[in-house]
Amino acid sequence: MKEKGLSVKSVVAIGIGTAIYVILARFTSIPTGIPNTNIEIVYPFLALLATIYGPVVGFSAGLIGHALTDFLMYGQTWWSWVIATAILGLIIGLYGLRLDLENGEFTTKQMVGFNLVQIIANVVSWGILAPLGDILIYSEPANKVFLQGIVAAITNSLSILILGTILLKAYAASKVKKGSLHKD
Amino acid sequence: MNEDKVLGFQPGTGFIYELNATTKLIFLLLVSVACMVTYDTRFLAAICLLSVFCLKLSGIKWRQVSFVVKLILVFALLNLITVYLFQPSYGQNLYGSKNVIVNAGYFTLTQEELFYLFNLVLKYICSIPLLLLFLLTTNPSQFASSLNKIGVSYKIAYAVALALRYIPTIQNDYWSISVAQQARGNELSKKASLSKRIKGTLNIVKPLIFSSLTRIDTISTAMQLRRFGSKKKRTWYVYQPFKLPDYLVSLLALLLVAAVVWLWQINQGRFFNPFK
Repeated sequence: MKEKGLSVKSVVAIGIGTAIYVILARFTSIPTGIPNTNIEIVYPFLALLATIYGPVVGFSAGLIGHALTDFLMYGQTWWSWVIATAILGLIIGLYGLRLDLENGEFTTKQMVGFNLVQIIANVVSWGILAPLGDILIYSEPANKVFLQGIVAAITNSLSILILGTILLKAYAASKVKKGSLHKD
Repeated sequence: MNEDKVLGFQPGTGFIYELNATTKLIFLLLVSVACMVTYDTRFLAAICLLSVFCLKLSGIKWRQVSFVVKLILVFALLNLITVYLFQPSYGQNLYGSKNVIVNAGYFTLTQEELFYLFNLVLKYICSIPLLLLFLLTTNPSQFASSLNKIGVSYKIAYAVALALRYIPTIQNDYWSISVAQQARGNELSKKASLSKRIKGTLNIVKPLIFSSLTRIDTISTAMQLRRFGSKKKRTWYVYQPFKLPDYLVSLLALLLVAAVVWLWQINQGRFFNPFK
């Protein structure tokens, strides 16, 4: 049965994905020792969610999840950063359409491709979109927001590079490979 | 153990609980956008008083929100300090005058900068109580129906409601996995090295994520069996019609937005400038 619009699975993935996003964002940042620079497990998770369920889910879960978390943690939502997260989910989700994790496939070549895409996505989101939005919407000082943006781009792409790859690999390994069953 | 820290709907009685979820959503959205846009100190101060009063009125206990409020305070302070450190002269550029309080080269503190920072503080105090109120007093299903009511597609509305419904559940999962891992000697505190902590966190996060992904399958199958999404529209079991207080509160929100527009014209911009 072909469904119009959002599939039921996408709706649920957005909902549960957002809930996991909020919990991870609140409880699992690991301070690196450098002030204001944390390793966020939430971005690797978003990358995983986006590759499995596609760009729409990545975008929406990033958007709603980040907006909720910001509000819960800081009492105020930085819409510029929220949109940056959503775009990150969108770009990684678009690449995810070319992967086939559901059937347990995640080759070294795909791993490299995934990481190239996620680094580009991080630079676009944090290095360009978020600071520009901060300046336009919140009239904050430019040098502050660009520095924050660059630091975020570096730490987030690093954490996706390491933790995201581990998560994707683990997810693929938990799935049954296509054609792995043989008739004796 | 961590019951109090779970941020989710808890049933209760009173004026705010009885308001329609749509009303509360409209109020929250309009007023927080208004507070985001304006830097008019008088308006922000008034909203601060109003939102703290509402929090008092709802009878939410301090221990329910203390955890979040403390986190927010720490972060707000950090942000203020970075805003100041990066450009101490920002205030004087904004307000176009310079009244020095402490003269210290780059870090010269002016009345304008202090005033700008004060506005930032007020902005925090405005929106936090409103959001906490909304989260703690609104039933997720009613929230979905109200999102749908203001024009959001019911599928997205349902996704948001699912998220709100499952945040407490997944939080509980997180705590139980974390405790189980700690019982196995998984060290996560500041004493452990960075790589150990990353590994430790992964040990919690992996089961959490994978069990939740399985949950997505279960829930979506259950919803498919109930033919979710097969029609363009749906009705809501928990839907409540608008009553008089709902109209009044929505009207108040609209008036507040109008006030911001009016102040914008008076101030000729976002900023209220007492230094002119």
